[in-house]
Amino acid sequence: MLVQNNNHIRNRIILGIFTAVFAIIIIQLLNLQLFSPKYKIQAENNAILRKVQYPDRGIIYDHHGRAILQNVVNYDLVVTPSESRKGVDTALLCRILNIDTAEYNKRMLTAIFKNTRFKPSTFEPLLTQELYAQLNENLYKFPGFSLQERPVRSYPYHCGANFLGRVGEVSADYLKKNPDGGYQAGDYIGLTGLEKQYETILMGQRGVTRSLRDNRGRPQGSYANGEFDTVAVAGRNIYTSIDIKVQQLGEKMFQGKIGAAIAINPKTGGIIAMVTAPTFDPNDLSPAEYRKHIEFLATDTSGPMLNRAVTGRYPPGSTYKPVGALIGLDEGLITPASGYPCLGAYYGCNTRIRCDEHWAGHADNLKLAIANSCNSFFCNLFKNTIDNPKYGSPRKGYAAWRNYMHGFGFGNPLGIDIAGEKGGNIPDTTIYNEAYGPRWVGCNMVTMGIGQDKMLLTPIQSANEACIIANKGWYYTPHFVDSLEHQSDDDTVYLAKYHIKHEPLHISDADYRTVQQGMEDVTEVGTAQNVSIPGIKYAAKTGTAQVPHLKNLAVFIAYAPADNPKIAIAVYVENAGYGATWAAPIGARMMEQYLNDTLTDDSQADVDRLSKVNLFPPQIYEWRRKKDSLKQVQLREKAKEIDSIAMAKHDDSLRVAATQKEKKLPHDTDSHNHLSPVIINEDKKTSSSPAREKRK
Amino acid sequence: MNQQEQLTKGIDWIFVLLYAILVCTGILCIFMVEYNPDINWAASFISGKTEYSKQLIFAGVSAILAIFILLSDSKLYTAFANLLYLFGIFLMFLTFAIGKNVNGSRSWIPLGGGFNLQPAQLCTIFTSLALSKYLSMQDLDFTKVRSQIIAAAIALFPALISIMQNETGLAIVYFAFFIPMYREGLPGWILVVGFSFAFLVVATLIMEPNTLAIILTVIAAVSVYFLRKKIKRSKSLLAFIIGIWILCVGIQRFAVPYIFNDVFQCYQSTRIYAMVGKTYDCSQNRHAINREENNKSISKPDDYNVRQSKIAIGSGGLLGRGFLKGTQTRGKYVPEQQTDFVFTSLGEAFGFAGCSIFLMIYLFILYRIVRIAERQRSSFSRVYAYCVAGILLLHITINICMTIGLFPVVGIPLPLVSYGGSSLITFTILIFILIRLDADRQMVLR
Repeated sequence: MLVQNNNHIRNRIILGIFTAVFAIIIIQLLNLQLFSPKYKIQAENNAILRKVQYPDRGIIYDHHGRAILQNVVNYDLVVTPSESRKGVDTALLCRILNIDTAEYNKRMLTAIFKNTRFKPSTFEPLLTQELYAQLNENLYKFPGFSLQERPVRSYPYHCGANFLGRVGEVSADYLKKNPDGGYQAGDYIGLTGLEKQYETILMGQRGVTRSLRDNRGRPQGSYANGEFDTVAVAGRNIYTSIDIKVQQLGEKMFQGKIGAAIAINPKTGGIIAMVTAPTFDPNDLSPAEYRKHIEFLATDTSGPMLNRAVTGRYPPGSTYKPVGALIGLDEGLITPASGYPCLGAYYGCNTRIRCDEHWAGHADNLKLAIANSCNSFFCNLFKNTIDNPKYGSPRKGYAAWRNYMHGFGFGNPLGIDIAGEKGGNIPDTTIYNEAYGPRWVGCNMVTMGIGQDKMLLTPIQSANEACIIANKGWYYTPHFVDSLEHQSDDDTVYLAKYHIKHEPLHISDADYRTVQQGMEDVTEVGTAQNVSIPGIKYAAKTGTAQVPHLKNLAVFIAYAPADNPKIAIAVYVENAGYGATWAAPIGARMMEQYLNDTLTDDSQADVDRLSKVNLFPPQIYEWRRKKDSLKQVQLREKAKEIDSIAMAKHDDSLRVAATQKEKKLPHDTDSHNHLSPVIINEDKKTSSSPAREKRK
Repeated sequence: MNQQEQLTKGIDWIFVLLYAILVCTGILCIFMVEYNPDINWAASFISGKTEYSKQLIFAGVSAILAIFILLSDSKLYTAFANLLYLFGIFLMFLTFAIGKNVNGSRSWIPLGGGFNLQPAQLCTIFTSLALSKYLSMQDLDFTKVRSQIIAAAIALFPALISIMQNETGLAIVYFAFFIPMYREGLPGWILVVGFSFAFLVVATLIMEPNTLAIILTVIAAVSVYFLRKKIKRSKSLLAFIIGIWILCVGIQRFAVPYIFNDVFQCYQSTRIYAMVGKTYDCSQNRHAINREENNKSISKPDDYNVRQSKIAIGSGGLLGRGFLKGTQTRGKYVPEQQTDFVFTSLGEAFGFAGCSIFLMIYLFILYRIVRIAERQRSSFSRVYAYCVAGILLLHITINICMTIGLFPVVGIPLPLVSYGGSSLITFTILIFILIRLDADRQMVLR
């Protein structure tokens, strides 16, 4: 009985054990449920599928409301490597995508390398319709993979690649620098041109929907009834001043040529067309086509990716002369009645500078001198401008002249709304101090008066010059974008600077009128008398600049109609000949298209004629041929290496291979010779040229 | 009328109510796991293909069984206890012949129609009865070591068979019978030694072998220092301390590594190590080495189950996500969630508050059973009640500890809640025999 009593207390001990065990469980539950927030996060990572909805990117319209580009929906196959370590039916995936396992592993490694294993990366971009269907059907067999909707640009007019720019995957570098930009790896962003400049307008706001998914990644309905979802806001459209027909026409006429053309509405500064040549179809660099074309476009010696209209630096040639005349008039060095007794050459600086006209009286007054583009007249005028006794020394005279140049927008970037604009070159005096010592005079650089020597302009500066003359002294900074959809006060950052009227020089209207009359005469009795716009009187100036190794650079500036200018244009054609022969017709047809919105049959025939002419310098074909053969040689060498390994057992064949290698060697070494980059680097092209001006 | 009154007389209705609550909770939990918003649940419920509707059928079967038991005569159980025990052992041996392999253990007998029976589980009832019968023998003196050993043998023999069936989880449950034995007079030090041993094993897993050896040595040295006067009087105490020290170091140095490397399968060792937050190197495991030599790939179970289970419970927070709103449950992230891991759906849906209430129900049941036990006149009923309490406690503890990462994953269901006819019916029988016995507490049964 004593034992029984003793045992009787034991029920309390047993109850104590029960309580203790439950206490331990409760403590662990406390720990898990209340003091370990990590489980909540892990649960969300497990179960919540965050799907980003890409809004439609804004459309870019031309002046007549035509869409220059469109959005097309594509799908990307996206992978999150950390979630696809197990259970992926690799064989099936490889079969669908038609790749091998090595490629699969390679892409996986690339994805991890690019965006870490926890963030989604593109595995196969831009799927075709059937690929999309196949993958969508089997997606549950590929954990960690998903299909990402992706609007892609397409360009129905196949032109304007140089200023539209392109969109592409945002770089890791950009993401690092702009962590708050709202971009994730794999997102598309405007990389160049207008797409880049107006990225924030065009991109809109991405929407995020959260949905539940099960252990195999299959969706299971929305999370929290969509409480945390955000709606995608479409990007805003952009309305530009481009006339896509003019652009198309310009690019057509520039086929097989190198150069640029820019048309600006002088009243607003809006760019009507910006042609650069050679160029490419913007569709070729859409993400799906990118890999196919980028190598050629990026490495070809003709530089199709260059936007020559804003980066090309060309000697303006005779198209500088109206500006020279304006400076002379403003400084009081000449009057409209001033003339120069030119008989075919200028001897004022102890050298002979040829003038194309040699009949007496072709430069009897300023209007005639402009219309006939008399070199002697303008060399003399330039010399007098620099050596102007008013300033005391040529140095000060030069400084005053340089000031005028800046006033005309030369020498510095104008500030248009795409990146990469160059400033041209209006050298300061140091370069002459170095070249001629401290005692130089106007004669040392007299060919500057006919737009040669070290003077370099970008085509857009020339077009702007035409605007200034057309407007009698003022201009708006050239720009593409007229207005934005739903424009608000926040957008002034973008557009305000293009609504400021620039009038840096106060040259009198009478002076401008004189020069305008001279330019009008150019089209009627002067150098461009053979080039007309049906039904429209216009004013122009042709130019022909000499360039080493190549045929002359043809230049043309104009505005039309002469009495009420609606379009101003500048055209540069490399390796062409006379400005009136090559540049003027191109400019005239573009202006005709813009003003009449159509072309006459004659003009159409002229366009067809121009578009068929090939003015590529032979050097480019030479370069291409060399590059190709170099590639061929390398390929052959490689193939031979493999062969020689295979045949290494036979001594004979080895010897043959060795001799063949020797034969190929000289070919290999000379391929880099004399590749003086005349085309790529416009700088060199003219700076050392023995400056002479031809005129027609 | 009179007879009906007699039948229901003495039945502990509170206990029956708690039982019903748990079974209903279980069906709700399984419903939560199976629920899919895209499928009309009413239709799938009626079609009877889903597991919660099956569980409802099992619950109906259990109810009928319960009524039968309540209608039966309690003398039956005392009379047939030993016979049933032998039958249970027979069934367990039968599995070796016609057993079905489920998740790597041959412990199931197929009954046809998709139903399986796990004799090891059923045998807990029979063992309880047999142990009660043995301990309630009138001429038994449980203070004798011999009778203690016999009682332990009765309790642990099915466990041994269970281990042979590769069903370690249920074998552990048989250690529940030490609770009634302790209540009936098993010396307390056995439990203390048992706990110390467990503590030592865990310490071995967690600590560096050398560090632990030094700590053990320091403890021994300190106790020698404090007991130095007593040691002067009797040298045997010193020998005892040194003996204990050698034993501990021996276990820590040789026994535990031997068991983990040579006795346990690779996956078992991995699970136990994972529980204490360590990784086990399978290349040390003899079984793994053998298998590798036989050119078979090593099965590498990771702690996926426990990790997902902890995430599901941990994401519940204080109040949980709400009924049918658990993302982890809906996404089926926790494997075996309707059976062994059913607690996770509860933890996610109702959070800490819900879990606490749920655990309180269990604790209340255990208290209730102990109370029932202590009010019995017959020692058979008392021992049986403690057997039930012990079995429930071990099931609950092991199952919940396994879902919250305090115990290695073994296949032990949560009593009355987990999906599975075998386990529900077993616990129903176990509990209702107790209720029947309790109802007859006024009768002197012996």
